[in-house]
Amino acid sequence: MSEIFSANNRLRFIALAIALVVLVSLPFWVSGIYYINVGSQILFFAVFALGLNILVGYAGLVSLGHAGLFGISAYATAYMLQQGFGHTSAILVALVIGVASMALFAVLSLRSSGIGFIMITLALGQILWGLAYRWISVTDGDNGIPVRGRPAPFGYSLTDPVNFYYASLIVFIVAVAMVFIFVRSPFGAALMGTRDQPRRMNALGYHVWMIRFYACLFSGLLTAVSAILFVYYTNFISPQTLSLTASAEVLLMVISGGPGTLLGPIVGATLVVVIKTVVSGFIERWNFLLGAIFVAIVILVPEGIVPGSIRLWRLITRKRAAAAPTTTTTERTP
Amino acid sequence: MSALTISGLNKSFGGLHVTRSVNLDIQPGERRLIIGPNGAGKTTLFNLITGELAPDTGTIKLFGQDITKVPSRDRPHLGMARTYQIITLFGKDTIIHNVRLALLGLSPMRWNPWTNLRRDDRFTETGHKALARVGLSHIADRPLSQTSYGERRRVEIAMALAQEPKVLLLDEPFAGLSIDERRDVHKCLMAIPRDVTIVMIEHNMDVALEFAEHITLLHFGEVIVEGNRAEVVNDPRTREVYLGH
Repeated sequence: MSEIFSANNRLRFIALAIALVVLVSLPFWVSGIYYINVGSQILFFAVFALGLNILVGYAGLVSLGHAGLFGISAYATAYMLQQGFGHTSAILVALVIGVASMALFAVLSLRSSGIGFIMITLALGQILWGLAYRWISVTDGDNGIPVRGRPAPFGYSLTDPVNFYYASLIVFIVAVAMVFIFVRSPFGAALMGTRDQPRRMNALGYHVWMIRFYACLFSGLLTAVSAILFVYYTNFISPQTLSLTASAEVLLMVISGGPGTLLGPIVGATLVVVIKTVVSGFIERWNFLLGAIFVAIVILVPEGIVPGSIRLWRLITRKRAAAAPTTTTTERTP
Repeated sequence: MSALTISGLNKSFGGLHVTRSVNLDIQPGERRLIIGPNGAGKTTLFNLITGELAPDTGTIKLFGQDITKVPSRDRPHLGMARTYQIITLFGKDTIIHNVRLALLGLSPMRWNPWTNLRRDDRFTETGHKALARVGLSHIADRPLSQTSYGERRRVEIAMALAQEPKVLLLDEPFAGLSIDERRDVHKCLMAIPRDVTIVMIEHNMDVALEFAEHITLLHFGEVIVEGNRAEVVNDPRTREVYLGH
C-alpha cells in the first residue's frame, strides 16, 4: 500500500487528505443549518453527476434522460414508503428498480451511439416525465408524493441535518472510491477504449455493446443512490424532478466540471448547486448568471473547469519557469 | 489443412457488386499478397474475412472451422488479427497502453472492474515484448501523440502481434511511409515467424514483392490472376489492369 502514495502521488494524497478533513469538519465551522443542507445537496448531486459521467465522460455516451432514471428511483422510494413499507425495503426496491430501468433504457438506446443515443435517451426521459404527470393513481400527478420521516441507521436519526450530511458524505466517499477504482481497472480501460475507437476494440476481441451495457448499469446504480438521498432530503417528489431541465442540469454539471475526470463532476455539482441555492438568494436572475458562467467556461476552459484549470496552471508555471531559466536545467531556452 | 479458406464469397452494396465469387486458399505459414487497383475490393475482402461485414453468400474457414457466422469480436479469440489501412489507435494514451489494450482484449481480465491495470505487470511485460519485436520498447511510455507516423504503423503491427495470431491480416502496412520507415516496417515483418500466416494488401510493389510468395490480383471484386510471384508479375493481365506498362 505504501508505494501507492510515493513520489508522484504525494501531492495528490495531501490534497485528498485536506479535502477529506474539510468535508468531515464542515458542520463544525459552518454556521447554520442552511449551509449544512447546501453541503448535503452538493454531495448527493455530485454522486448523480459521477454516475452520469460514467456514460458521458468514460463511455462517450451523452444521456439527456438521466433525470427520468433519477425520478424513477425517487418515486419508487416515496411510493413504497407511502404504501407503508419500511425504509430498508423502500431503499432496496428503489435501487433494484433504478438499475432495472437503466438496463431497459440501455437496451433501447444502445442501438446507436452519438446523436442517436442522445435523442433516444431524451425521448425515454420525456416518456417517464409524462408518466409521472399522468399516472395519477401511482404518482398523484402534479401534487407529487410527500415522504414522511427519514431513516435512522444505527440509531442516528437522519432528520438531524448534520447526521444527514454525514450520511451523504459516507455515500459520496464510497461513490468516489468506486469510480476511482473503476476508472483504473481493466474494465475501465476497455470502456474508454470503446469511447475512443469502438471499431478497433471490436477487432481486438472486445464485446463493445456489452461493455457499454455494464457501464450503463453502473451509472444507473449511482443515479439510483443519489435519487434516494434526494427524496429523503426534500421529503417530496414531483414530476418537476424528471423534467428535461433537470436532465440538462446534471449534464451541465458534468460538462462544466470536466467530463472523463474524477473531480470534474464534483466541481460541476458544487457550482450548479451553489448558484441554484445560495446565489439565487441574492440574485433574482440566477438562471442568467448560471448561463453566463457556462458561456465563460465554454470560452475560457472548453474542456471543463478541472482539466482547464490544470492546463492554465501549467501555462502560468511554465511562463514563470521560463522567466527564471537558471533554476531548472530541463527547461528549453527560447 | 489450410489456414484460411474462402469459397464463393459475394458482397454487394446496393447495385455495386464489390466481391464477386472470391475463392482463396491460404496455407499455414504462407505470405500472401493481395494487389489490385483502387476500388478493386481489397479492403472489403478484409472486412469480410474479419467479420466487420457479413457476406451475402459464401463461407470463410479458419483452420477448417467455419467462421462465416462467428461475430467479428470473437474472431481474434480464434487467432485472427488485423491492422488498418487508416491508422486506428488510441491517440490519448501511451504506446504501451495501446498494446496493453490489445493483450487485454483476449484476456478474461477485461471484465474486471476493480484491479489496477497499469500495475498489472503481466500486461506491461508482454506488451514490452511485443513492442521489442517492432523495435519500439525503448519509447513504450511515450504518449502516442508524440510519435511519428512510421512509429504508429509499427504500433499497429505490435498490437496485432501481441495477440499472437495464427492468421495476420495487414492492410497496407507501408502506406504513407518514408523510405527509411518502410525499411523498418519491412524488417519487423520479415522477423515474424512462420507459424503466423500473413495476408497483406499493399500497393508498394518493391517491398511487397520481396515479402510475398503468392500473389492474388483482384479487379472489380474478382480474382483475375493468382499464382507465385513470377507468374503473377509476368502475366499480361497483371500488366494490363495493375502495373500499367
